[in-house]
Amino acid sequence: MTARAAMGVLLASLAGGAGYADELLPYRIEGNAVPVSLTGKPGDAARGRTIVTNRTLGLCLLCHSGPFPEERFQGNLAPDMRGAGTRWSTGELRLRMVDSHRLNPDTIMPAYYMIDGLNLVAPAFRGKPLLTAEQIEDVVAFLATLRD
Amino acid sequence: MKRFHALMCAVVLAAVAGPAGSADIPLDQRRSGYADLGRDTKAMQDDDTSNPASLGVQDGEALWSQKAGTAGKACAECHGDAAASMKGVAARYPAFSPARKGPIDLEQRINLCRTENQKAEPLAFESRELLALTAYIGRQSRGMPIVQSDARLTSAIDAGRKLFTQRIGQISLSCAQCHDDNWGKQLASSLVPQGHPTGYPIYRLEWQSLGSLQRRLRNCMIGMRAEPYAYGAPESVELELYLMWRARGLTVETPGVRP
Ligand code: HEC
Ligand code: HEC
Ligand code: HEC
Repeated sequence: MTARAAMGVLLASLAGGAGYADELLPYRIEGNAVPVSLTGKPGDAARGRTIVTNRTLGLCLLCHSGPFPEERFQGNLAPDMRGAGTRWSTGELRLRMVDSHRLNPDTIMPAYYMIDGLNLVAPAFRGKPLLTAEQIEDVVAFLATLRD
Repeated sequence: MKRFHALMCAVVLAAVAGPAGSADIPLDQRRSGYADLGRDTKAMQDDDTSNPASLGVQDGEALWSQKAGTAGKACAECHGDAAASMKGVAARYPAFSPARKGPIDLEQRINLCRTENQKAEPLAFESRELLALTAYIGRQSRGMPIVQSDARLTSAIDAGRKLFTQRIGQISLSCAQCHDDNWGKQLASSLVPQGHPTGYPIYRLEWQSLGSLQRRLRNCMIGMRAEPYAYGAPESVELELYLMWRARGLTVETPGVRP
């Protein structure tokens, strides 16, 4: 069997096998963007900010820094978030949040709305994305306000 | 069918885990976590009288000459003065065990002597006694270079490297993505070290106690929201072995102090 044929079988089994995949809302990728809101509604930027600065929920400030003067010890494994809303469209920010691995297969940034293909996930987190669709939309709405 | 299964597994692993694209740290750029400690923590590690792990070492010294098990023998009765018989031992563990046809770590080696030579119960991982004996034996290698050159361990080292470079957990990161690719950077308040196991068991200030290398690895795995390998599981020992191979030539600091 060729590697390519094996891949086909694998993909089919991943798509069919993971029962909980249904829990994620479907979304459509266009180019480098997910143009339409996952929930069909716009997110809440203020709630998005609290998610981004929450180190056990958003985790963002472990790696990133940004315009959060009240937050000590921001990370430097990733670019500063300032200006993200100027550099990227809302749809691009949404794809970055949903599945950063699609943009850069080697990235360290977690894919926040992905449950398939993960390995050795601790029981408490199995079958759950890092953020819910509502939370993703809130974060995207907040990132879009970061303009300079 | 077996072959097919093996192939599928390989493909699945490659596809699921994904190559993290990490490169080994050049040998001459490797540095122990000690190099990044603050001045006070360095001083604490350097001076036996202020190193909080010294209590564990003293505990281990006492246990060394205590009779145990139905054989009624102390370690010292067979091994004599640890300063001579155990010098350099910790620097080359995990080591190949002919009985298990694979690597065993120092804790497992001590427990082999407990069950086979002392006819005693094995000591629990992270128990005061096992940490103490491991720290005492480790202390006899302080200042010596880590050695991993047993050809019988090549495949286990490779297995450890795979574990080190595969993405795991809900966060889907590999050990290598932090410790090979991003060492020296700030993960919020923590400096990412290269992750060399030079000082184990260590006194970790966050733990307020002595703890093993496996405990330290569990901390990282829990941070990745991954399910830690069981204490003593083959994966745990392969990871320890890979880390020691990766740190070959660096100096044993046991007992180390870390934040
Ligand atoms: C484990 C580290 C890590 C975490 C956690 C993380 N990121 Fe990232 N992020 C990165 C890296 C590294 C990049 C750079 C591009 C790449 O590698 O894909 C990046 C890129 C980005 C970008 C695009 C960069 C730009 O030009 O502005 C945005 C926006 C972003 N991240 C937002 C977030 C948000 C919001 C969170 C939290 C919900 C987050 N990231 C969590 C590592 C991380
Ligand atoms: C009855 C004798 C006996 C007793 C008691 C005993 N051992 Fe051993 N120990 C041995 C023998 C024999 C070996 C194997 C030497 C070899 O295979 O190279 C060994 C090997 C070891 C090794 C590995 C040395 C190496 O070079 O790899 C360590 C570490 C060790 N023992 C620690 C202990 C400790 C700690 C105790 C007490 C808890 C203990 N032993 C009690 C007989 C004993
Ligand atoms: C998100 C980044 C990250 C990942 C992924 C990660 N670690 Fe760590 N690791 C750290 C940080 C940060 C520390 C230091 C913690 C501190 O100082 O409080 C550390 C410490 C260590 C140490 C202790 C080094 C010393 O000087 O004693 C070892 C060993 C280690 N990690 C191994 C691993 C292994 C093995 C894995 C994979 C199972 C792993 N790490 C995954 C960030 C990471």
